[in-house]
Amino acid sequence: MTSATPAPSLLRQSRWNAYLVGTAIGVLSWIVFAVVDKPLGVTTSLTGLAGACAAPFIGADTVAANAYFKSHVFKLDYGMLFLGGIAVGGFLSALLSGSFRAEVIPTVWRERFGGSVAKRMIAAFLGGILAMYGARLADGCTSGNGISGSLQLAVGGWTFFLTLFAFGILTSLVLFGTGRSSKN
Amino acid sequence: MHFLAAVTPPVTGSAALVASVVLGAIFGVLLHRGGVANYNVIVNQFRFRDFTVLKIMMTAIIVGGLGVLALNSAGLANYHIKAANMLGVVLGAAIFGVGMVLYGYCPGTAIAAAASGSIHGLVGLGGLLVGGTLYAFSFPWIAKNILPVGALGKVRLPDVTGVPALVWFIGLIAIALTVFFLIERAERRATVSR
Repeated sequence: MTSATPAPSLLRQSRWNAYLVGTAIGVLSWIVFAVVDKPLGVTTSLTGLAGACAAPFIGADTVAANAYFKSHVFKLDYGMLFLGGIAVGGFLSALLSGSFRAEVIPTVWRERFGGSVAKRMIAAFLGGILAMYGARLADGCTSGNGISGSLQLAVGGWTFFLTLFAFGILTSLVLFGTGRSSKN
Repeated sequence: MHFLAAVTPPVTGSAALVASVVLGAIFGVLLHRGGVANYNVIVNQFRFRDFTVLKIMMTAIIVGGLGVLALNSAGLANYHIKAANMLGVVLGAAIFGVGMVLYGYCPGTAIAAAASGSIHGLVGLGGLLVGGTLYAFSFPWIAKNILPVGALGKVRLPDVTGVPALVWFIGLIAIALTVFFLIERAERRATVSR
């Protein structure tokens, strides 16, 4: 972890306190609920983008005929622009803090699985498929269910949050074991 | 108890679209500076070596929840509850948990990570799009066989337990403060012994 040397301005710090960030995300959710009248979420809009990206491969007609894509049509609405905003924010944040860097294989992965680029990319791609499939099946991801659902005390939100953690822990045991070797 | 679709949002039309980008950008900055646009931080949460994810999520749920509860009581915000199709939620969350550890990101943090230089994060975004497409084409079967099982409707914990929302939040605050205290103590000890 980075040590806290005499602090540069807030804009240039590469990490902010986790409780402060959590509080700020909570306040952000107030604004989203009150101003946009939508919950804070990601994968509902990502579904529309998936349909738009799938069209050249499987045919626009096939996509248009699908019942699920019909109810998740790609358009530049609140949700889609919010996703674009996340990219803008992530990019600016990395740039301003000087922490923008190309990461091909992260440290924790490399310590366990070595330096094969192909192996890491296949895992990331497969993991992405599973994460999105699961998020759609549960009708929300860490944002839509885990945070937005749980903060409204939704039964589905809390069920998602707790089940996600249980299976995340099990998966990390299978992938990484209990070994006491690495730190980030 | 709560109003549904009773409140008209104050910002609509193109102003709402500009607001969407700005709000998304703030979320992106918070995810990046919070450290959760980092593969190592997310994976190490599930290995109990880094508690950043839990700290951020619990704090966001409590702060966000109390605010939205207050806004809703004042008639300034609607709830947006998703249907609790229990079999779908449990299966989905289980698959999501496996995917999140393999990928090292969830969909939101993945976007922030790819935008801040994660190449494997960017590759995984392709996986997200494929996953969404696979779900769309399995949806007719899922809708018939999975989603109706344990379909409780758009329910909240106060509805099913009879315990008021405020009491739930007091309980959550007590749990969070205890967990945070234990985490901070363990982290201090780890720093000292190193």
